[in-house]
Amino acid sequence: MSSLYLSFSDSATMLQRNFQRALRNPFVIFSSILTPALMLVLFFYVLGGSIAGGLNGGEKGGTEYLNYLLPGIIVLTAALGAEVTALNVNYDRTENIINRFRTMPISRGALSTGHALANVIQTLISIVCIVGIGLLMGFRPNAGLVEWLAAFGLLALFSLAIAWLAVPLGLIARTPGGANSLSLIIGFLLPFFSSAFVKPDTMPDWLQVFVKYQPFTAVTETLRGLLTGTAIGDNWIYAISGSVVLAILGYIFARWAYNRQPSR
Amino acid sequence: MATNQTAIAVRNLRKSYGSQLVLDGIDLDVPEGSVYALLGPNGSGKTTTVQILSTYLAMDGGEVRIAGHDLVKEPAAVRAAIGVTGQFSAVDSLLTGEENLRLMTKLYHLGPQEGRRKTAELLERFDLVDAAKKLAATYSGGMKRRLDLAMSLVGTPRIIFLDEPTTGLDPRSRKTMWEIIRELLGEGVTIFLTTQYLDEADELADKIGVLDQGKLVAEGTVTELKRRIPGGHVRLQFADSGLLSSAALTFQGSIRDEEALTLTVPSDGSVRSLRTLLDRLDNEAIAVENLTVQMPNLDDVFFALTGTSKNLKGGE
Ligand SMILES: Nc1ncnc2c1ncn2[C@@H]1O[C@H](COP(=O)(O)OP(=O)(O)O)[C@@H](O)[C@H]1O
Ligand SMILES: [Mg+2]
Repeated sequence: MSSLYLSFSDSATMLQRNFQRALRNPFVIFSSILTPALMLVLFFYVLGGSIAGGLNGGEKGGTEYLNYLLPGIIVLTAALGAEVTALNVNYDRTENIINRFRTMPISRGALSTGHALANVIQTLISIVCIVGIGLLMGFRPNAGLVEWLAAFGLLALFSLAIAWLAVPLGLIARTPGGANSLSLIIGFLLPFFSSAFVKPDTMPDWLQVFVKYQPFTAVTETLRGLLTGTAIGDNWIYAISGSVVLAILGYIFARWAYNRQPSR
Repeated sequence: MATNQTAIAVRNLRKSYGSQLVLDGIDLDVPEGSVYALLGPNGSGKTTTVQILSTYLAMDGGEVRIAGHDLVKEPAAVRAAIGVTGQFSAVDSLLTGEENLRLMTKLYHLGPQEGRRKTAELLERFDLVDAAKKLAATYSGGMKRRLDLAMSLVGTPRIIFLDEPTTGLDPRSRKTMWEIIRELLGEGVTIFLTTQYLDEADELADKIGVLDQGKLVAEGTVTELKRRIPGGHVRLQFADSGLLSSAALTFQGSIRDEEALTLTVPSDGSVRSLRTLLDRLDNEAIAVENLTVQMPNLDDVFFALTGTSKNLKGGE
């Protein structure tokens, strides 16, 4: 058996373990849908009226703001996967099972890969639910099949990047609480400091610089364009290359964190 | 299978955490098919040793061969030869006992049929059949420990590391664990275990290394270790106080107990000294009801040895 085959097989085994555990603990899946769903409701019904005023011809409870908002909520859903992943990985650390894996003849990246792939699948399921809720609320995308497929492809890549960033955070955090706080930087702060919920033009200049060039904005804008036909421009290039770069950096960081010598 | 091969060979093993020297030049050899017990108090470096020998932790210096493989150059080959049960149980508590074992069989690439067979065999052997479908989170300490060990055996390792396998277990679970360890030994497996319990080392080990502050302060078989310190004696019991008195006259320096009708005679416990003692009793025609040889227990040995090393330091 080649070592490539073995590392695929080990990663698949780890992925399967993640599913077994997710089914035991359905609250995690539930909450990874509930949180973005609540944000959707909050932004659309509670804040939507005043935010929509900032959009041209915005009306209360209108489709226009929902069309703007929903792609952002989808990106938020993907970003929140960081929290679940970091917690799952940290659980393996605090439960010592990583100590066992490290002394077994299994491929070194298998555990992390299993967690990362589990996150992608879990995130895509959550996103389908969020889109469903959005449609019920009045979201009106004009995307065809190709655009939908492209959107899901981008989201899969993006959530892979998120997961690879979250895995090492879960590995280095000493407690689940620590893993949670670290992952919230990715899961919460970055989506809010992006174009996900409001237009960057309404923000102060110094913030706009950060917001416009951080990868979450590029992903959101690309997604928005694919689903609702707004201008994408160069954003798709930044979205894809940004995700790839983040995934690779996260992967390297994760390899390091997995093999790292324990410390106190 | 070749016998008298060295399963674990360690030379001048050193490890520091920051400025703290944790292992200060350990040397040891464990022949294939034997049990080596590393005995030491909390913080003496037992876990660190196991973690290094099992490829978990990198050493700072020294040379280690496990199953003939160099630990640093061939960690993968070492991992394939060993099974490790760490100090703290390493099971997935959100999986059932059976699922935990199946996970291991998949990671060892046993194939579905062999995997199921192995899982069933281990559940049976470790008395976990009834609990097979329950989440490991609901297991008692003893059950978790058994599952932990069962998981370490999935890859049929030739060498098993057990870090404090019975710490925190109730006496019954402890006995069960001992039986399991002896069974493994019967299969020719080499066992390297650590313990804080002297009776455990006494019970299981072919050879004991006494670890104190990162140094092996003594090494040997149980008997050898006991020989190294004074305090052994033979207790003779007599039918009446007349016999007791004659015996007390024969053995100078002995202690008599009128009530129990016993006489305690200092002895190193060797066969030769016992023979001399019995010969003298025969010569004097003193009949003995009962004779027990009381060797210093490992507790005495341990405190004598580590006490010595501490005194040496204090005297510098
Ligand atoms: N990760 C670590 N960082 C710093 N010091 C450590 C670490 N692990 C162990 N030590 C120290 O090394 C010494 C030996 O620890 P350990 O091997 O766990 O002993 P034992 O298993 O015999 O109780 C102790 O003084 C402990 O505090
Ligand atoms: Mg220990």
